[in-house]
Amino acid sequence: MSLELRQVSLRLGADVHIHPTTLALARQGFSTLLGETLAGKTTLLRLMAGLVKPTAGEVWFDGHNVTGVPVQKRRVSMVYQQFINYPNLSVFENIASPLRVTGTGKAETRERVGRIAELLRLSPLLDRRPSELSGGQQQRTALARALVKDADLVLLDEPLANLDYKLREALRDELPRLFADRGCTVVYATTEPGEALLLGGHVATLHEGRVTQFGPSADVYRNPTDLTSARVFSDPPINIAQAHKQGEQIVFGEVVRWPVPPSLHGRADGEVTIGLRPHHVKPEHVGGVPVSGRVLISEISGSESVVHFDLAGSTWVSLAAGVRSYEVGQDASFTLDVAHCLYFDRSGRRISG
Amino acid sequence: MALIHLENVRHSYRINPRSEDDNDWALRGLDMKWADGGAYALLGPSGCGKTTLLNLISGLLQPTEGRVYFDERDVTNLDPGARNIAQVFQFPVVYDTMSVFDNLAFPLRNRGVGESEVRKRVHEIAALLDLQDRLPSRASGLTADGKQKISLGRGLVRSDVAAILFDEPLTVIDPHLKWRLRSKLKELHQRLGVTMIYVTHDQTEALTFADQVVVMIDGQVVQAGTPVDLFERPHHTFVGHFIGSPGMNLMPCEVDTAGVARVAGQPITTALGPQRVAQGKRTEIGVRPEFVRFTSSDGLPVRIERISDAGRHRIVDARFGEQLIKVLVGEDTEVPTQTGHIEFDAAHTQLYADGWVVEGS
Repeated sequence: MSLELRQVSLRLGADVHIHPTTLALARQGFSTLLGETLAGKTTLLRLMAGLVKPTAGEVWFDGHNVTGVPVQKRRVSMVYQQFINYPNLSVFENIASPLRVTGTGKAETRERVGRIAELLRLSPLLDRRPSELSGGQQQRTALARALVKDADLVLLDEPLANLDYKLREALRDELPRLFADRGCTVVYATTEPGEALLLGGHVATLHEGRVTQFGPSADVYRNPTDLTSARVFSDPPINIAQAHKQGEQIVFGEVVRWPVPPSLHGRADGEVTIGLRPHHVKPEHVGGVPVSGRVLISEISGSESVVHFDLAGSTWVSLAAGVRSYEVGQDASFTLDVAHCLYFDRSGRRISG
Repeated sequence: MALIHLENVRHSYRINPRSEDDNDWALRGLDMKWADGGAYALLGPSGCGKTTLLNLISGLLQPTEGRVYFDERDVTNLDPGARNIAQVFQFPVVYDTMSVFDNLAFPLRNRGVGESEVRKRVHEIAALLDLQDRLPSRASGLTADGKQKISLGRGLVRSDVAAILFDEPLTVIDPHLKWRLRSKLKELHQRLGVTMIYVTHDQTEALTFADQVVVMIDGQVVQAGTPVDLFERPHHTFVGHFIGSPGMNLMPCEVDTAGVARVAGQPITTALGPQRVAQGKRTEIGVRPEFVRFTSSDGLPVRIERISDAGRHRIVDARFGEQLIKVLVGEDTEVPTQTGHIEFDAAHTQLYADGWVVEGS
């Protein structure tokens, strides 16, 4: 009982938009597609919806092959980044519109719209026109319309991207609860790693038309299988550098050394790529490898401090809770918490850590 | 470059605004000085008046009341061209048919700057924005991100401006590039030393970019201060809520005649100790999720409702009686699974009356 893509690909002329992709999304599950703009998120959603037919491969839903079945014949709802409402209709009529199409009775329509409106805190606004609403209320109206339908598959394409920060935070909090008891499959596209983590469920990291990894969000975040997935799922960006395995040691920038982790024992000496997220580069001396470097930029977000510094010729970033002030140009010491270091081979495949 | 002074400025978009009716005013009145060479952010939700304020500085708008000075010069009635201001908008303003070089050179050539100086400045700015390789290409071939970099470059290319104004310049940019450009702007500010004023609804952008952040709501400034002030000592519950993610926990409380605050009967120690509050005021305790800790047994008893993994930390929804309290804990910190106890860091616990922090007597 799920949405399955079996070797689905999409080419337009010579351009590959989606490389052959196999994914099985659990029914009643919340899944996120995470990737930069143009990574292929919207295209993948459109393939799932049946808005585009794949060049090759099959789309299955609940055990039925729905490849090529047009979106009108399937119970699919989609919400876009740019929220769309009917400007001439009231909020009530906007939410009710999918039910009108299916010929739902008056009493039932009123009941279902009422329930969804309650859930999305739109009840006092049902008589208004969309133009009389704030951006957040308009987007909630668009969401309500997608929810009222009892769709089997709900596709959300960056639905919070155009909203104010605080509103985004509130809706992000609400969304997974909203879908929790509905028995539908939800797919949510976003460019923001933090959002993918907080929404929970599963995540598929996407890069240049290819799904690089799929699994429970926290697991993909902590155990990326390759360098691309690690990069896609890091905000701020993960520190990446070239290092060497030399006997029992990892050596980086000539002077920085630490013992090879057990999982790399027995591996031949040579180049390895290391990845360490900024919050694992700590500004105090705790367990780990001490390093020092010249401060390039120092930022304080209020709750956290971010320092960019030069380490063996490349720029590293440290992020830590609290307020720490640095002068640009000064030398400062940090600790690499190498217990959290990720190691990749030449091709970018994760080898350990 | 200049010191910018907004003197008793009010602005209304109405034809005959009623002086005493706040609803008629997009900006309800402020007097502010912006030091030469400072990095400022105007932060607030949409509709708070921050873009109006920016437009008063640039000259796109003339204030209904009050004066605008650049140093000693009264520029209130000067149009934007005469104010010597550079501006960067939310959506890229780029000439598609021109090369990247010509786009960056445009503001300079427009002012009759000599070609050798134009070349020098354009190359400097292109290097800072990693656009050197792109200089000969046509701007039309660039991605949205690339175009926005050119917009930034055009804002930064002149060395003689009084200030550079940014209106939500990174809103349409992906997180990774946003991160790089934000740091770049910070670096440019340090290097060029020109006054920069940055309008945004995104607290992270505002706090990381600016030395001074001005928080606005409903056409008013509720607090202006350093990022640390705003975080550690919000003057108003709105600032506590709006800055920080999640925002400050706010809990209705009762204050007795001795000035002791109680939430659901439990006494709470605040930064300033017992504070008496006039009767009839709505009182609240405010403490940020960062300053709430789990304890072994002392403190407020809570039920754990949800734990969200945010990567470098987790956000715990803890319920104390009716009250939801968000707690931020580190990646490797243990969290009780069903029930537990929490305490607040007293030095970072504030008392608010009718929304404003109680300052001490």
